[in-house]
Amino acid sequence: MSNNGSHIISHQNNKAAKAFLLLALSYLLLGLVFGLLGALQYIFPEFLKANLSFQKTRPLHVYLVITWIFTAAQAGIYYYLPTIAGRPLYWQKGVWLHFAMQSVISVVVVSEFFAGSFGGREYLEFPPVMGLFILLSWVPFAINFFATLKPKYKTAPVYIWMWSTGILFFFITLSESYLWLFDFFRNNMIRDITVQWKALGTMVGSWNMLVYGTGIYLMEQLSGDKKAAYSKLSFFFYFLSLTNLMFNWGHHTYIVPAAPWVRMVAYIISMTELLIFGNIILQYRKSVTTARKNYHLLPHRLLTFADIWVFITLILALIMSVPAWNYFTHGTHVTVAHSMGATIGINTMLLMASVFFILKKENALSFQQYRKWISSGIYITNGSLLIFWLSLLASAVVEIKGSISNEIFFYVMQKSLPYLRVFAYSGAFLFIGLGILIITSYKIAASKTQVKQKTLKRTFSFSPEQTVGVKDH
Amino acid sequence: MKMVIFIILFVAYITYSAVVYTKGTKSNIQLPETEWAKVNRGKLLYQQYNCTSCHQLYGLGGYLGPELTTAYSDSLRGETYMRAFLKNGGSRMPNFHLADTDIDALVSFLKYVDQTAVTYKHK
Repeated sequence: MSNNGSHIISHQNNKAAKAFLLLALSYLLLGLVFGLLGALQYIFPEFLKANLSFQKTRPLHVYLVITWIFTAAQAGIYYYLPTIAGRPLYWQKGVWLHFAMQSVISVVVVSEFFAGSFGGREYLEFPPVMGLFILLSWVPFAINFFATLKPKYKTAPVYIWMWSTGILFFFITLSESYLWLFDFFRNNMIRDITVQWKALGTMVGSWNMLVYGTGIYLMEQLSGDKKAAYSKLSFFFYFLSLTNLMFNWGHHTYIVPAAPWVRMVAYIISMTELLIFGNIILQYRKSVTTARKNYHLLPHRLLTFADIWVFITLILALIMSVPAWNYFTHGTHVTVAHSMGATIGINTMLLMASVFFILKKENALSFQQYRKWISSGIYITNGSLLIFWLSLLASAVVEIKGSISNEIFFYVMQKSLPYLRVFAYSGAFLFIGLGILIITSYKIAASKTQVKQKTLKRTFSFSPEQTVGVKDH
Repeated sequence: MKMVIFIILFVAYITYSAVVYTKGTKSNIQLPETEWAKVNRGKLLYQQYNCTSCHQLYGLGGYLGPELTTAYSDSLRGETYMRAFLKNGGSRMPNFHLADTDIDALVSFLKYVDQTAVTYKHK
C-alpha cells in the first residue's frame, strides 16, 4: 500500500475511533449528571421525586456510566487496531454501523427510562428486548476486531488475548443474564439470583479485560518497553484474571443459599488479580525513562492514580472478602465505595489515559494548550473521589452499627445524613473534575489546528516493527 | 501451551456453569399453584416498577431504601408495614398508586423471597 493510501485509510480509521471517543465522553458526562441528581436525592428526599425519582435517576446513571466504560475501551481499540495489525480496519462501514446502532439504542434506552418503562434487573434495568439489540450492536465490533487482527495467539501480546477474551465473554454473559426469561430460571429465586450474580460478575470481568488490556497497551506505548506485554508475568496475570472472570463471582453470593463451593477460593483469586496488576504498573513506572515520563506526563499521571486506586480498592476488597465481615458490610455503602473506587479510580483513570493519549497523537498543539486544565481536572477528580469514597465508608459504618443494634432503616439513614451530605457535595466536585476532563477533550478534538496539523505533519504509515502477533496479508 | 490453558479453563467454565444451573441452585420450596401465580406476578411487578433501583434482594439493587430479602419476617417490618408503604409510598418512595391485587402479588413475592433466605436467618 502506498504511503498516501495508508494515510487516507488511517485518517478514516481515526475519524471513526474519534467519533466513538466523543460518544463515550458524552455517556460519561450524562452519566455524571444523573449520578449527581441521584446523590442529591439522598439528602433532599423530595428533590424531583414526582417526575424524576431515584427509580429513574439510578438506572440512567448506571446505564450511562457502564456504557462509557465499554465504549471508551472500544474507541481505543478501534484507534489502536490498524497500528497493531499493520492494516486498515477490515470493515470500515461496520464501525459506522456499530456507531449508529449504539447511538439509537442509547436514545431508546434513555427514553424508556424517562417514560418509566423498565426491565427491572440490576445493571440491565431497561426492557429485555434492548439487551438483544445491544448484543447485535457488538457484532460489527467483533467482526472488525478479529478480521482486522487475524490474531496468531501463539505470538500475540497479552493485550490481544485480553481484548479477545473481553469480547467473547461479553457475548456469553449478556446472553446468560437473560436466562431469567426461561421458567427454569425465573421460577426458582435462588437459581435466578445466583445466575444473575454469576452473569454480572463475569460481565464486569469482560469489561475489565477490555480496559486493562488498553492499560497494558498504553504502558507499552508510553514506556517503549515491547517485552512487558509478552512476559511470563503478564501472561500469568492474564490467566489468573481469566480464572477470576470465570469463577470469582462466588464472593457476591455469601448470603445466597446456593451450594457453598467456590466462595472463598474465588475471592482470593480476585485479590491476586489486583495485586499483580498493581505490580505491573509499578514495574512500568520503574522502567520508564524520565524523558519519556515527562513527555507523556498527563497519561502517565492518570495511570499513576489508577495504580493508587488499585491498592485502595484492594484493601477494601480484602476486608469485604472475610465472610464474617462480609455479613455486616453486605448491603451497606461499603459495596458502593468499592465499585466507585474500581469504576472511577481504576477504569475511568485508565480510559482517560487512553483518551488523552489519542488526543495528543491527533492534535499535539491543542493538547499542549490545555495541559493545565487537564492537570487540574485530574487532581480535582482524584481529590474529590477520595472524600467521596471516605464518606461512603463512614456512612457504611453507621449502617453496620444500626444493623448490629437492629435499628429501623429510617433512623439509620438519619444518622448517616451528615456523611451522605459529604458524599453528595464531594460528588459535585467529582462532577466538576471529570467535567473539566470531558470538556477539555471535546475542545481538543474540535480544535481547528487539528486539520492543519494533519495536512502538514501527518506522515503516519504502518511500519513492520509495529506489527505484532498478526498474520501477514 | 497458552491456547491449551485457555481451552481447559473454558471447558471448566462451561461445565461449572451447567453444575451451578442445576445441582448448585436446587430449591425445595413447594407452593400451591395459585400462590405460585401470585408470586410470579409479584416478581414481574417488582421488575416493572424497578424496585431494584432502591431496594436489594440478596445484595442486588440500590441503597436508597432498605434491603428486602427478609423484610417479611423482620420483627420491625413485616407484612402490615410493607403493605402501608406499598399503598402510600414513603418520604423517599413515590406512591405508585398500586391496585390492591398488585400489592397482594408483591407481598406474596416478598414472602416467598423471605422463605428462601435460610442463610440470612441462620446468621
